[in-house]
Amino acid sequence: MSDETQESLITDEMRASIGRESEPTTLEVDKTSVRMFARSVGYTDPVYYDEAAAQAAGYRSLPAPPGYLGTPVFNPNKRSARPQGMLEPSRPLKRVLNGGTDIEYLTDICAGDILTSISAVSSIEERKGRLGEMLITTTKTTYRNQDGEVVAIMTGTGIRY
Amino acid sequence: MGASWDEVQEGMEIPTLEKNCSTQQLVHWAAGSGDFYQIHYDHNFAEATGLPNIIVHGALKHAFLGQLLHDWVGNEGRVKRVGCSYRGMDFPDEDIHCKGVVTRKYEEDGEKLVDLEIWTENPDGQRTSPGSATVRLP
Repeated sequence: MSDETQESLITDEMRASIGRESEPTTLEVDKTSVRMFARSVGYTDPVYYDEAAAQAAGYRSLPAPPGYLGTPVFNPNKRSARPQGMLEPSRPLKRVLNGGTDIEYLTDICAGDILTSISAVSSIEERKGRLGEMLITTTKTTYRNQDGEVVAIMTGTGIRY
Repeated sequence: MGASWDEVQEGMEIPTLEKNCSTQQLVHWAAGSGDFYQIHYDHNFAEATGLPNIIVHGALKHAFLGQLLHDWVGNEGRVKRVGCSYRGMDFPDEDIHCKGVVTRKYEEDGEKLVDLEIWTENPDGQRTSPGSATVRLP
C-alpha cells in the first residue's frame, strides 16, 4: 500500500479532542520540592534553598526555579486521568519522546503556592521523519495560583512513533 | 548580582553554563521533576526501545537553559519565557554546554526586556536543544 492511500494516524476521536479542556490538576509548591528540583538541576543560588536569602531577595518564600511548576497531589486511590493527547491513533505507536517545552511566566511562583493546571491539545500533526511515522501533539497547559492569577503557560510537544 | 539592561548589547554572548550529568543526577532529576520514564535510568529498558544508552531528559536540558538565564539575570531580573526543542539526544557523562546570545533589547509595557537565542551543545558541537527566551533585567 502506498503512503497516499494509507489511512491517517489521526482518528476522528483525536480530532474531536483538540481544544477540549482537561479536568483541573492541583499542584503544590513547597520548600522541600523547590530545594529538590533546584538541587537536581545544579543551582547554587541560595534563594532556592534558604528562606531568609529568598526573602532578602524580595521573594515571598523560596521561588520555583524555571521549569518547576509544582508537584501534582498524588492520590493512590484515584486513577490518574488519561493524559491529554494520549488517545490511541489508528495504528499503534509504541514509543514516546518529548519534542519540546516552552514556558511563559507571568508572575512569581513561590513555596506555599497551590497551583491549578488545565490542559488542552492545541494541534495534532502526522509526519514521516527519521523515526518513521510520527504523531506530533502540541498541548497547552495554563497554571493559576490560589488567587486565580495565571502564573504560567506551558506549551509541550509530544512525539509518538 | 545579575546583568544590567544598560550594559547588554544585541549580539553579545552570555556566560556559558557547563553541565555533565552523572546517572545519579538523572535519578535525582527523575524524583525532582516526577518524570520516571525508564529510558532515563534503566539501561536495559532504554536498549529495548532501540536507544544506544540511557538519555538525558529533555526537560532537564530545558531546566539547564532556565538556570543559564537565571544565573545571568540574577534575582533583580526575571526569566519571562524559556522554550526549546529537543532535537538531539544527550547522554550521561558527556559535556552539555548551555549557551545564549542576545538577539533583541527593547522596552515594552515599562519593562526592560531582552530576547535571546539559547541552546545546549553536545561535545561534537551540535545544538541538541535549540530555543529562545525572554528575560527582564533591572
